[in-house]
Amino acid sequence: MIPAMTPEGAHPLAATAARLVWLLPLLPLLGFLLNGTLAMLGVAKTGPADPSAAHDAHDSGHGHDAAHDDHAPTRHKYAALVSLIGPGVLIAAFGVAVACFLAMRSVDMEHPYIVTLYQWMPVGDLTIGATLHLDQLSMVMVLVVTGVGALIHVFSVGYMQDDPGYPRYFAYLNLFIFFMLVLVLGGSYPVLFVGWEGVGLCSYLLIGFWFSEKVNADAGKKAFIVNRIGDFGFLVAMFLMFANLGALDFVPVAAKAAELPMGGIVVTAICLFMFLGCAGKSAQIPLYVWLPDAMAGPTPVSALIHAATMVTAGVYLIARSATLFSMAPTAQLVVALIGALTAFLAATIGLKQWDIKKVLAYSTVSQLGFMFVAVGVGSYVAGIFHLVTHSFFKALLFLGSGSVIYAMHAAYHATHKHDDAQDMRNMGGLRRHLPITCYLMWIATLAIAGIPLFSGFFSKDEILSSVFARAHGSTIADATLFGVHGSTILMVIYGLGIASALMTAIYMMRMMLYTFHGPNRTGEAERPHLAEAPWVMTGPLVVLGVLSLVGGWLNVPALLSGIGPVGVLDHWLEPVVGEASLRTTLGAAPHLPHQTELVLVGVAIAIAVAGIAFAVWRLKPAALVPKKDAVPTEGFVRVLENKYFVDEGYDKAFVQPTLGISRAVLWKGLDNGIIDGLFVNGSALLARAIGWMGSQLQTGQVGTYAWVLLIGVITILGAFTFR
Amino acid sequence: MLVESLALSAVLFTIGVIGVLTRRNAIIIFMCVELMLNAVNLSFVALSKLHGAAGQVFVVFTMTVAAAEAAVGLAIIIAIFRHTQTVNLQNINILKG
Repeated sequence: MIPAMTPEGAHPLAATAARLVWLLPLLPLLGFLLNGTLAMLGVAKTGPADPSAAHDAHDSGHGHDAAHDDHAPTRHKYAALVSLIGPGVLIAAFGVAVACFLAMRSVDMEHPYIVTLYQWMPVGDLTIGATLHLDQLSMVMVLVVTGVGALIHVFSVGYMQDDPGYPRYFAYLNLFIFFMLVLVLGGSYPVLFVGWEGVGLCSYLLIGFWFSEKVNADAGKKAFIVNRIGDFGFLVAMFLMFANLGALDFVPVAAKAAELPMGGIVVTAICLFMFLGCAGKSAQIPLYVWLPDAMAGPTPVSALIHAATMVTAGVYLIARSATLFSMAPTAQLVVALIGALTAFLAATIGLKQWDIKKVLAYSTVSQLGFMFVAVGVGSYVAGIFHLVTHSFFKALLFLGSGSVIYAMHAAYHATHKHDDAQDMRNMGGLRRHLPITCYLMWIATLAIAGIPLFSGFFSKDEILSSVFARAHGSTIADATLFGVHGSTILMVIYGLGIASALMTAIYMMRMMLYTFHGPNRTGEAERPHLAEAPWVMTGPLVVLGVLSLVGGWLNVPALLSGIGPVGVLDHWLEPVVGEASLRTTLGAAPHLPHQTELVLVGVAIAIAVAGIAFAVWRLKPAALVPKKDAVPTEGFVRVLENKYFVDEGYDKAFVQPTLGISRAVLWKGLDNGIIDGLFVNGSALLARAIGWMGSQLQTGQVGTYAWVLLIGVITILGAFTFR
Repeated sequence: MLVESLALSAVLFTIGVIGVLTRRNAIIIFMCVELMLNAVNLSFVALSKLHGAAGQVFVVFTMTVAAAEAAVGLAIIIAIFRHTQTVNLQNINILKG
């Protein structure tokens, strides 16, 4: 990043369509206002669907997706208008984004295009403007957010059509996109933070969309509270930045960070605190626990917020702060190690989940871990590349699972049966009923498993090989963490990555085999009602399927130069993160010998194939029984099914002590004792005591009063006489 | 003559004060109050020799007020007696806090 600020008027983009960049956040905001108004107008008669009627039989507390109850669908009276506005503003925003992108392609720009809308906080030395910052990195993010966002909005039209809260849903979804665009377009950390908090709010609102059921509301609260812990870190990072660098805008921060001593304590602290924020938002150890619970929201929300866009904000933030991180190799090592551990841990949990959305949730946590490995080792392009491909195939997987749940729900609804529509043990053989969804999800599965030429193969391979390449001759390899040498840790990270990739292939195969293959376990009566969703839902799936298939061509490695242009994304992001990347690799582009590279690719392919083969060999969909007939598991499988009891551990270690201290000290001690006892009752007691003392003077004896009067008179006369 | 009059007035006033402070019977206290009023009247009259007739005018006022006070005061004492069957002020302490 070049430190010099370009005068706004002189920027080459100022004369192009990119000057309309302010339209990008404005359009979804407009959609939010319109849909919100419609939601308020129609709210009198309807509320959220009454889930208690349909879900008495559920024991897991989850699986209440899609519009549901036993009554006729209660379509909202403004549903048609909302269906136009909600996805409409997103498609328009995507159009603006494409126009901006084409404008950027046509000019030669090295500096970011910065538009200051107005001065937000001019306070002393601190001047924060409401600034939009358009560069190659934010362009990629904007395209993903508006593109994938538009597809998911269209899908939602079908998925949510019968929900009484339809306009409210789209209002929240539009608001989310607005805040997400503020996040990726913000020109300074505080503006980014506004978007950061805003998407957290929308995430909370949408996880608890069906809030009349307690588990959903609790999941929303959990997400919100866990994110607050991370945001604390982000805030501290901003304070440190302002105190030590004197700036909060991206451009001056990067310029001043580059002048700091390499690996200094200040820059390391800033990076580690910032990573705490990322760990909250992007669900990394130790703050990943909220994301699986976030699946309580509608499935398109899971696809949009909790897979494709919001949870990748942490990856974006680190890529955006590439200069800072490149000055702190120890922090980079921490980021990469936490990422690898998260990828590994989440993948093991994903192996034994039965809820189809839970599998995908842990898969998301795991893939986010991969992205953090990439940005941690300074391979920002690989991280963003995986972010993009992941947003394609994971959105597809989630929307596909939404399509499955929709079909399951419709089937249960038709026969008035109450069972878990999200449990894979109740599925099986759906390929015959949902062929389009099945084949599209196969594309996504092969992509995430890393089968060559599917998108995930390119991005995951790039991450793993960049870890390997930095094990020698990089600032990270020379750094140490707790006395362990960086290159050793990098090799451990590589090993964890390979193991996670293997498990990714296994759990994804498991999900596909149990859902779409083998005999059907839904039930005799329900089977004829299983059917493909309408085209408004399968259409976006097809688009995402194509993207999952070809997304890898964004950044073809040099090794496979025969199949397309090499490193398009590399060149595109070079002005933003190139300098920081090179600093990590000591000024030279990371280079591996040709044979080593071939071996690494071979290992990656072998791992993917081995995982798939293992799953096909070991998993027997035919042996599964429906959920209600399942026997409890034992041993390590039970530990995995219960997610290592991390939630229970956190409950014991943090939640219960907090509750206990709140009860004993804050409630009983401080509130009841000091506030109520000392201040409220104490002041009343004091007034009463003084009053009692005064009342004792009033004996009622006239003689006493006369004596007092006389003494008073004599005193006053004496005072006047002898003064 | 003036000095003697003022001395008598002081003596009478002191007797009245002591009576008010020491006696228990409401009637006697009342009489002592009248004694104090008349002691003041005496000093008014004596001092009018020095300061003109204003003192004598004041005496007339005082006597008028004293007459009214006697009427009201005696009425109150009668009411108290009807109520409590006593005029001993030690037993009458309903103003107690």
